[in-house]
Amino acid sequence: MPTTLGDLPYAPQTGGPAFDRRRFLDALLTVGFVSTAAAMAYPVARFLIPPRTGDPETASAVAARAADLKPNSGKIFKFGNKPGIVVRTAEGDLRAFSAVCSHLDCTVQFKADTAQLWCACHNGTYDLGGNVVSGPPPRGLEAFVVNVRGEGADAEIVVSRS
Amino acid sequence: MTPLQQTVAWLDERLDLTEVRHFISEKGVPVHAQKIWYYLGGMTLFLFCVQVCTGILLLLYYRPSAAEAYESVQFIVTKVEFGWLIRNIHSWSANLLIALAFAHFFSVFLLKSYRKPRELTWLSGVLLLFLMLGFGFSGYLLPWNELSFFATKVGTGIAGAVPFAGHFLLRLLRGGDDVTGATLSRFYGLHVAILPAVATALVAAHLLLVQRQGMSVPLDLEIRIRQGEGVPQMRFFPDYILRDVLAWYVALALLAALALFYPWELGNKADPFAAVPPGIRPEWYFLAMFHTLKLLPSHIAGFEGEQVGVLAFGAAAALLVFVPFLDRHALRGRRSPAFTVAGVLGLVYLVTLTIVGHYAK
Repeated sequence: MPTTLGDLPYAPQTGGPAFDRRRFLDALLTVGFVSTAAAMAYPVARFLIPPRTGDPETASAVAARAADLKPNSGKIFKFGNKPGIVVRTAEGDLRAFSAVCSHLDCTVQFKADTAQLWCACHNGTYDLGGNVVSGPPPRGLEAFVVNVRGEGADAEIVVSRS
Repeated sequence: MTPLQQTVAWLDERLDLTEVRHFISEKGVPVHAQKIWYYLGGMTLFLFCVQVCTGILLLLYYRPSAAEAYESVQFIVTKVEFGWLIRNIHSWSANLLIALAFAHFFSVFLLKSYRKPRELTWLSGVLLLFLMLGFGFSGYLLPWNELSFFATKVGTGIAGAVPFAGHFLLRLLRGGDDVTGATLSRFYGLHVAILPAVATALVAAHLLLVQRQGMSVPLDLEIRIRQGEGVPQMRFFPDYILRDVLAWYVALALLAALALFYPWELGNKADPFAAVPPGIRPEWYFLAMFHTLKLLPSHIAGFEGEQVGVLAFGAAAALLVFVPFLDRHALRGRRSPAFTVAGVLGLVYLVTLTIVGHYAK
């Protein structure tokens, strides 16, 4: 047995069969370590991706009671897990859109003075057809179908995907 | 030059790696009959790293509230891809870690490696062992299931038996008089912030000390060295490191097998108003303590049995911390059979009570 480090039989071989064996073992070791790393990295990478929560696409929602929505006003309501907006025009027509601004996902609101849909984040405006009037939004708002269910004071505004 | 050599050369030009190179080429590890025990610390460290990594991953989905904790763990194990694997590994690794930490502890104790000049290494190690038990205790509650809820009630109740400070400790631990969502918040903070911060500092100190002082040799061998006998050495890099990595692979294989074949159960959601499920008992590493308290008579010399038990555990813990200073023989480099006997008796006591506690009704 060698008694000090200097006596250890450590002599890097160059050339000859010992060299090949060393290279082979090094390669084997590398493959082993890389495989271990991959076997760990793969589940971790998959774990990081959030699973789909399985929220079914909302088909329709009750936006408001018809009696509560005065002419030339709007109301934001919950459509699935995203906001929608329903508007009663000055003439009394009902319109509904997704309230998610097509620019950067802010929530739009109804501006009574201009009778437009307005996004406060970057000053984008849409007309009451959901089309872009001014500002940065690249597209119009998704329009929904509006129906009134029931009659009189209990009538409900039902919004559904077209 | 290979890219690796180029990188090293680049760093060398800027940082002067002479010392690192010197350390790598010169560091040796003594070779002797007991060297197998020296791998336990490395394996424990490896599992600690596994705990840190899987713990961070679980944090991405876990929600620490009484209303959502159970559901979020359920979500992790059923909905998130490989979530079951990450959680199983975290749970099993915790148990293996504590088992290995105990093995490391007893091997170091019986080899008397705590003797001068390694008193501080021992001290940091004993504190780390206590911290690991704290990790186990606080982490156990986090899934907020029936078993963990009642085990935490009992465990914090034991803290309440500490003479004088008991009630204060109990409220401090529970965040109130009962185990509630407030307890969960506390244990969560303890488990993911306070304990990791302290443990990281202590692990760093422990490793630094081990590197600085080198591996100890068994007392018998040290005595022979003083008489002029030479000790064979092994290079730390790469010879010892590769063997260390091999030991890590053994731990990893064991961990993977346990996580795959023995999934960790989630159980039922905790219900504070349900009856305690039968067979309630703490994790195995608290069983010996738990069962000792059960065996104690209700009153000992005018004190409540529980109080005496808790005081005895506290005294034992304090003794362990100060072992290097109490063992005068080992301090002077002489054999100390009394401490060997005490260590073996302690080990036998823990193992026996754990087994008895496991099978007790």
